[in-house]
Amino acid sequence: MSAPAPAAARPVAAAAPARARWLRRYGVWLAAAVVVAALPHVARTPAAVPVMNQMGIAVVFALSYNMLLGQGGMLSFGHAVYFGLGGFIAAHALNLAGRGAVYLPAPLLPLVGGLGGLAFAVLFGSVSTRRAGTVFAMISLGIGEMMAASSLIVDRFFGGEEGITANRAKAPLLLGLPVTTDQQVYYLIAFWALLATVLMYAFSRTPLGRMANAVRDNPERAEFVGYSAQWVRFLSFCAAGFFAGVAGGLFAVNYEILTGANMGAAASGAVLLMTYIGGIGYFAGPILGAIVFTFLQSMLSDYTSLWLLYVGVIFLAAVLFAPMGLAGVLAMHGPVWRARRAGRLVGPYLAAALAALVAIAGVVGLLEMVHFVVVAPAGAASMRLLGLPLAVRAAWPWLGFIALAVTGAVALRRAGPRAAAAFAEASRPGGPR
Amino acid sequence: MLSLVFFSLLNGLVFGLLLFMLSSGLTLIFGMMGVLNFAHAGFYMLGAYLGYTMSITVGFWPALVVAPLAVGALGAVVERFGLRRVHRFGHVAELIFTFGVAVLIEEVVQLVWGRPAKSYVVPAALDFPLFQVFQGSFPAYKAFMLGISVAIFAFLVAVFTRTRAGLVIQASLTHPGMVAMLGHNVPRVFMVVFGVGSALAALAGVIAGPVLGTFPGMAQVLGSIVFVVVVIGGLGSLAGAFVASLLIGVIQTFAVAINVSLGSTLASLGIQVDATGPFQDLWRVTVAQVAPILPYLLLVLILIVRPTGLFGTRET
Repeated sequence: MSAPAPAAARPVAAAAPARARWLRRYGVWLAAAVVVAALPHVARTPAAVPVMNQMGIAVVFALSYNMLLGQGGMLSFGHAVYFGLGGFIAAHALNLAGRGAVYLPAPLLPLVGGLGGLAFAVLFGSVSTRRAGTVFAMISLGIGEMMAASSLIVDRFFGGEEGITANRAKAPLLLGLPVTTDQQVYYLIAFWALLATVLMYAFSRTPLGRMANAVRDNPERAEFVGYSAQWVRFLSFCAAGFFAGVAGGLFAVNYEILTGANMGAAASGAVLLMTYIGGIGYFAGPILGAIVFTFLQSMLSDYTSLWLLYVGVIFLAAVLFAPMGLAGVLAMHGPVWRARRAGRLVGPYLAAALAALVAIAGVVGLLEMVHFVVVAPAGAASMRLLGLPLAVRAAWPWLGFIALAVTGAVALRRAGPRAAAAFAEASRPGGPR
Repeated sequence: MLSLVFFSLLNGLVFGLLLFMLSSGLTLIFGMMGVLNFAHAGFYMLGAYLGYTMSITVGFWPALVVAPLAVGALGAVVERFGLRRVHRFGHVAELIFTFGVAVLIEEVVQLVWGRPAKSYVVPAALDFPLFQVFQGSFPAYKAFMLGISVAIFAFLVAVFTRTRAGLVIQASLTHPGMVAMLGHNVPRVFMVVFGVGSALAALAGVIAGPVLGTFPGMAQVLGSIVFVVVVIGGLGSLAGAFVASLLIGVIQTFAVAINVSLGSTLASLGIQVDATGPFQDLWRVTVAQVAPILPYLLLVLILIVRPTGLFGTRET
């Protein structure tokens, strides 16, 4: 989505410095807009557009979460509250608009959701942002659990177990643009996701956004400079709540249903996972994380019911081996790429990837067979894995997968350090030896 | 009315002491490492599932000993090879690591034992009513739970105040650098405390599994409540965890027994409220329905008024 455009961003000649500067500044956004506009025409499978809609919503949500965690240093366990409340308010507004009580076209609903998220962020943020650290995290957890439990109690507003349903087709049109098919919704989501991304990036460049970084790193010094750490945290929190609400509004338009689960601990945990996997230290990190997480979610959950287990393993591996996230790993390779030494990494990286793939194939095979033995009816003796029939009662598939896992692990123990050494060698400053 | 108060108090005591068994380990781990361990409730769940499997194979009594030991060893391994490695990336990474371990434990439990709830039953030797008062009976198993919890509490107090190991642990909580200078292996102390805390959580799981249910969501149900207990009591404070456990236990059991709504209270005072207006939910909801929210409400209120918790001395 935010594909860096090095070719466009590099100044071509001194003859047109102004245009080059303009391109360097806005080229990434233009490229992103073009890619986003072209995507539904490139990916032509019927399943692609709904998945991309989900990605767009996740991108906005994860970016808003990173305004707290990455830029403000506030670890929240209840960010889905503002997403969910924004979504519920948008769904109710959509129902009101459908009945003709208010004039509100569907494309404006994310704004309604955002204002709803903002209102509740002002309310809860005023008490929770007085402290940072564990106290903030615990208050956010408490508020999250409280709202999730309330959704079953206050069933007039939250609709109880069934949730609130809406119908986007009944809302009035804006400029005569209908919003009924998935593709039309895609363009609505793409517009809002791009707009929200630009605004959130701009926010990180304002003095307030910079002060949020300062308060994250050293609140005491920020106070000495003359800024109230609490006030800075509160304003960042409100902005994050607004954009979470925008994502919730997009969710309401896309799925036309909201339930209490959208505000629950699982939803708050998911946004933490995707943001962290993407990399909290980079603006583009949550975008990457949201896209990868949604892709894994929609692809893996089609093939296996163990997908959350695999996501958990990927997540643990990310924390253990790449705490800077996907974006961090990419950024780490920037100097190597610019020094034109990336070619030297291809071999060692391919070897490590191959070893990892063999190990993963073994472990996945074993896990899937265990899962089949546990859940399958007693008589079943054969399962299909990626179309291949497997006799789970025989010994050979088990031995085969164990052999794969062990071989892969042993190979990875050799190839992994080699890849790391190749990277260290390539990123060493100075010319080639 | 008297019977309601009596049984609510007794059940609150049983639940509260069970919470203490979980929160004591959690608060000690926090005191040492400055990290809230999200996987703690996962160890509780593992304990319950291991207890279930062992109780139908080798019996309940061996399970009571073996399951906590096994989970304690697992906890020590997680600390030694996971948490210690992540430590250098900072607190957020550590916290997120334990969050990932929690997700993983929950998924592995579902992989091994399946999604449906397990019928973990009370052992036959304890399956009888202990005594009967006010037309109600108190099961012997709950008395057994009470006994185990009190014994654990007494054991912890004795270890902490009367033994050398307890003194080293207490010193490591506040002055890890000094303790290391005196020649103690502080990382090993951390590992042992993490293991013992996990074992206590598993013990709580073994004895609570038959009463509170053994199902894939059990870690989430109790996990956030235990967090509430630890934070309300004051992070790192054992005494605070004890008081907060009993407080939350009693509040929850009383709240679910009271079937009064705001509307009915006002009506008995002679004030009629509009039962169809936009605030109808507010008048209709009973105290019993609000019970699940109360601990979190208490958490938020206490943190706003007193960020250190009831007995805590530090904020983060």
